[in-house]
Amino acid sequence: MQAIKTMELVKQYKDVIAVDKLQLEIEQGELFSLLGVNGAGKTTTIKMLTCLTKPSSGEAFVGGHSVHREPEKVKRLIGVSPQETAVAPNLSVRENLELICGIFGFSKEKTKEKILELTKQFDLQDILNKKAGKLSGGWQRRVSIAMALISEPQILFLDEPTLGLDVIARHELWEVIQSLKGRITMILTTHYMEEAEALSDRIGIMKNGKLLAVGTVEALEKKAGTNDFETAFVSIVKEG
Amino acid sequence: MRMMTFAKRCSKEILRDPINLGFGLGFPLVLLLLLSTMQKNIPVHLFEVDTLTPGITVFGLSFMTLFSATLIAKDRESALLQRLYTTPLSGIDFILGYMLPLMPIAIGQTIICYLFAIPLGLTVSSNIIYAIIGIIPMAIFNIALGLLCGSVLGVKQVGGICGALLTNLSAWLSGVWFDLELVGGVFPKIANVLPFVHAAELEKALFHGDFAVVGSHVLPVVLYSIGVTVVAVLCFLTQMKEQ
Repeated sequence: MQAIKTMELVKQYKDVIAVDKLQLEIEQGELFSLLGVNGAGKTTTIKMLTCLTKPSSGEAFVGGHSVHREPEKVKRLIGVSPQETAVAPNLSVRENLELICGIFGFSKEKTKEKILELTKQFDLQDILNKKAGKLSGGWQRRVSIAMALISEPQILFLDEPTLGLDVIARHELWEVIQSLKGRITMILTTHYMEEAEALSDRIGIMKNGKLLAVGTVEALEKKAGTNDFETAFVSIVKEG
Repeated sequence: MRMMTFAKRCSKEILRDPINLGFGLGFPLVLLLLLSTMQKNIPVHLFEVDTLTPGITVFGLSFMTLFSATLIAKDRESALLQRLYTTPLSGIDFILGYMLPLMPIAIGQTIICYLFAIPLGLTVSSNIIYAIIGIIPMAIFNIALGLLCGSVLGVKQVGGICGALLTNLSAWLSGVWFDLELVGGVFPKIANVLPFVHAAELEKALFHGDFAVVGSHVLPVVLYSIGVTVVAVLCFLTQMKEQ
């Protein structure tokens, strides 16, 4: 079954077409990466699929629900880790997790259980009582993803999750993302080739709002006639 | 439940900011101490503690605008609000969540001002309770103004407009620091069209038990509170939609 399906999805800001007739199908449990240079339309696509921005035209179904007509149902199915770190800075890590539990109406017992589970999963024991705003960028992203998982989403959106992180923090976050693979559908945007290559089941390459190519790393390399993914990406983007 | 969770978060963010506490609570108290000390050396009726304290409580409310606007503008500029917009929180949950926590802070600030003024010579009577209750319409005005400014301005603009301009305007136009008639001309007329002087006079009237004039001052304050709240809610919902 498809977790996401878009049909001729368009987002236009005055004279600029940010996303142009996007046709996309993502299967349940898949880790799908949207890859592209800055301004390709990746974040706008995520914003439309998470009901943050209304599409100008076209339709998108998330978990079978229309982003136009059923945004409340869509919001119940998704978790979002935005591009920038999205934590409440003056709250401790525990309080940040409790905040999201409360927003999703969890009982006290379920909140405790959830925090315990996420603390183990994301190795948060040592920072649980520290103010989120005082953590390093890598730890803030880790907390941010943990917050996105609280509602037990069927679909998780990760918008440039490792942007600005150092190599160690990036690899640690990759391990976290890989540990989630197969359990939930993940849509990840990135402009790091190696990130898309290491994590994705399939990759969609975007340029100027258009989806130029979709496939596995091997399929995209084959399409570009090379066995190097970066060369394949450059070739597809230049031809597009 | 959802709204209360968000409101709890907002109150923690405000109360854990030492600059907020220092300015919001400390500054009115310092002014109260300085001006009442000055009054003892150079007697000025306006700075008598029974006249000054009700005015200072109204002036202190301008910091509620700063707190509320800063929090909302910061949230808008960070990705936190974007994340929360993807949750089941509704527009009303956000608005109440931002506004409600500031009400007990505003009332608490007013109570502290009156308590602080007692050793300075404030007359203690049951009218203080009426004066504390009477602060509510102006508190709503200031909190809603914060919601409005936070919805349309960035963090830096909020600092300038709410932190500097509004606090000064509310001080000058309230008649707390100087008699508006002494300035003369169009100045008292402008002040009378705005809510600041009415809020200060309302507070003074309640404190002194001069209930006959309460009606003429409470009406403009309530009308301004309703008007600003409506505009603020519309602006917040519009920016939420644009996000």
